[in-house]
This record gives sequence, C-alpha cells and structure tokens, in this order.
Amino acid sequence: MITASVVTLFSLGFVSAGVLAVASKVLYVEEDPRIEVVTEALPGANCGGCGFAGCEAYAAAVINDPDVPPNKCCAGGPDVAAKVAELTGKAAGDSDPQVAFRRCVKVEGNVAKKFEYFGIQSCAAAKLVQDGPDACKYSCLGFGDCVRACPFDAMWIEGGLVHIAPDKCTSCGTCVRTCPNSILELIPRRARVMVFCSSQDKGKAVKDVCDAGCISCGACIKKCPAQCISMVDERIFIDHKACLAYGPSCEEVCVEKCPRNILRCLNPDLIAAAPETEPARYPEESHVADLNA
Amino acid sequence: MEIFLLFISAIFVNNIVLAQYLGNCPYLGCSKEKGVAFGMGAAVIFVTIMATLFTHIIQQYVLVTFHLAYLQTIVFILVIAALVQFVEMFLKKMVPPLYKSLGIFLPLITTNCAVLGVAILVQRKEYDLFTSVLYAIAAAAGFLLALILMAGIRERFEITRIPRSMRGVPIGLVMAGLMSLAFMAFKGMIA
Repeated sequence: MITASVVTLFSLGFVSAGVLAVASKVLYVEEDPRIEVVTEALPGANCGGCGFAGCEAYAAAVINDPDVPPNKCCAGGPDVAAKVAELTGKAAGDSDPQVAFRRCVKVEGNVAKKFEYFGIQSCAAAKLVQDGPDACKYSCLGFGDCVRACPFDAMWIEGGLVHIAPDKCTSCGTCVRTCPNSILELIPRRARVMVFCSSQDKGKAVKDVCDAGCISCGACIKKCPAQCISMVDERIFIDHKACLAYGPSCEEVCVEKCPRNILRCLNPDLIAAAPETEPARYPEESHVADLNA
Repeated sequence: MEIFLLFISAIFVNNIVLAQYLGNCPYLGCSKEKGVAFGMGAAVIFVTIMATLFTHIIQQYVLVTFHLAYLQTIVFILVIAALVQFVEMFLKKMVPPLYKSLGIFLPLITTNCAVLGVAILVQRKEYDLFTSVLYAIAAAAGFLLALILMAGIRERFEITRIPRSMRGVPIGLVMAGLMSLAFMAFKGMIA
C-alpha cells in the first residue's frame, strides 16, 4: 500500500512538473534582466521606505520609469544609490541621508497625567481614550508602537519617551507612519536646527500643560534671515534644505531667540544614543566643529 | 430543472463563502475594489472548474481504481497547486493588467479552501463528471457574487463616516457576518 501511494504521488508530481515545465517555455514572458540585478543590489528589507510595495517593485519602477530616482532606497543609503545609479544609468543625485527625529521633550515640560491609563499598552489604543493619558495631546505617548514597528531595532522607550539610535536608523519612515500623534519626522542627518515640540495648540493652552512646549510666539520666524521657518496649524516647520543652504552665517539666531528653548542646534538625545565605540554620526563632526567655532 | 436548482442552490442557498464559510481569506482580502474582486472571482471560477475536472478524473480513474481514496486531500492539493501555477503563467502572458492587479492573491488561490472544498464536496455528493463541473461553475459564481457584493459595499465605506476603531478589517468582518445572515434568508427556498 505504501508503495502504491508513493508511486501514485510521485507520478502525479512528475506529470504536473512536466506540464508546468512545458507551459513555462510556451508562456515565457521576457522580463528586463536588469530588474533582477537591481533587486539583488537592494538590501532586500522590503521596508517600503521608498514608497513602493517592496524591493522588487522599486527595482522594476527605477528601471522602467525615468522619473523614479535611483536614490529612493533609504535602507541602503548612498552606497546602494550609487550602485543602482550605475546599473540603471541614471544620475545618482544628492541623496541627503535622513534620520528619524522625535519632536517632543515631554519630560522637560513636566507634562501632567490626565488619568491613569490601564488599557492595551499601545499608543494607538491609548490615543483613542480622550487623546491619551497625557495633559498634552501632542506628546509622546510612550507605549512604543514605533519601537515595535521599526524594522531595524533603532528605537527604544526610556522614561516614557522614545529614543532613536541614529546609527541604526535607515530613515525608512515606518515609525513616522505609525506614530498616532505625528511626533516623529524625518530630518536630514546634517540638520542644523531641530524643533522639539509638535503641539498644535495655541500658546496659552500649551503653557497650561507643558513647561517646555512651543507657545507659537513666532520669534524664530521673524528672526530667521533665511526665511526657512514657517508655522502651519501652530506647529513650527523648518525647511532644512534652505537652512543648510544658508549655512552657519546666521549664527543660529532662531535658537537664540526662542524663549522656550524649543529650537536647538544639537540633539543631545541622539548623540547620547549613539554607541560609544563609534563616533557620533549625528550631527556630523565637521558640523559640530562649525557650531563650536 | 434539476440543473437549474443545483445552480440556484449553489449560488444562493449554499453559497460557498456565506453559507459554508470557505474561502474567507480572499473574500476579505480581495473585496476592496470591484475591479480586483471581479478579477479574483474570474480567476477562482477558472481554477475551480479546472481543478474539479482534473480531480474528478484522478479520483475516479486513479484513486478509486487503486484503492487509494485516502490520498484524496494531498493529491487534490497537488493538482490545485499545479493548476494555479499554470494560471499564473497564463495570465502573465495573456492578461498582464489582471496579473498585476491580482498581485499576491493569485498564488494564494493555491491555498483557497473554496477551490479544494468544491473538489472534495462533489466527491462526497458523488456527482458525475458533468454535474461536478456544473456545480463547480455555480459554486465559483457564488464566490464571485459574494466578492462583488462585498466590494460594492466596501467601496461605499470610503465615503462613509465610520468610527475610527471600526475602519478597515473590523467593519469588513462585521459586514461579512451581516451578509451571511442576509443569505440565511434563502434557506428553505429549496428543500
């Protein structure tokens, strides 16, 4: 009986394989062989940071679509961008490496708790209950949805705040899409000035709940000589490209003028997060020297 | 008349998705847009008919003849898997837009229990080859109907105010349950 079963299954498998082999020849579709080469050159993380469904989808797009640049793979960084550019014959362009950044200093602002939350330990769940347990509804909830979403182990929760290891961050943007409070954003690794608050409340409301939050006074906007700071819905945005292009000649007047110390030149949190064995990659050392000069 | 009743019964009364609860994964996964739902339904109809045809022949002339009926499940899975591979190659060559829109769901027909379910059901009911294929057409048409109805409803979700916690899969599952209840009304239509 065992022999009959084995023989039957083997024969069926053999026949199916034969039919499929013939079909694969008859129904062969010629595909660009470069797609496979480019897919192999990509890191294979399938993180979706490039905006495509996966590494293969991006490879197909970068080859077939002249408008898709070769430097979209944030997990691969400049090395992969250069390789893809070489394989596709496109100009590598300037792939300014980015890093995830947390726009909140809840611990410095003594943000009170509205209530004790005992529900599901997830930011998305906590946000559903009266916008979360913190008095500031734009603060880091600290349940680590982003930590769990990060495919590269670059985040952790400490003291109720998320921390980011810049050396591990590939700027894939998964955490940015996960955070229900939108306090994470991607900024250039060389960014000169960062904003440490993401509140959309008016000044008085912020003052009531946080000692450190942005009061939307607009002093930074008025003083910035490069005009690269703007306010949308009471939230400060910096055009990092314009800021970097203007250079250090402004002497970071926005940082100086900010009465709440929301704008800062360096991100001590990120520097502390970098492992001691490696020099801090963020901000770059040359940039630190510029600021100290 | 009997064939007409078989059709009506397989599509409405014993709908493969809504009354027999088979093939729920593609039912929920492929019912966001009507176009994709139709493509998936059409591919399932094709695979189900082919699978029923081949498995019926294999069951009658190989498994029963050699007293190997206990190999039914594994043999049927093998046949369906090979068929799906074939359909994938066929669509890639002949209908590339449909191939692209189906994406990952096309190879997933391999594990669509509605296809295996129909192949096994016709053996249990001891239909002849002709009736088996007719039943397969009707059951797969029932699958297509359920998928398109669901896609029609879910397209309207896009412009409907739904509580945040219910958006996406939760409301989809609730709808699936309600659709099943609605189809329960057909019970008793055919004795």
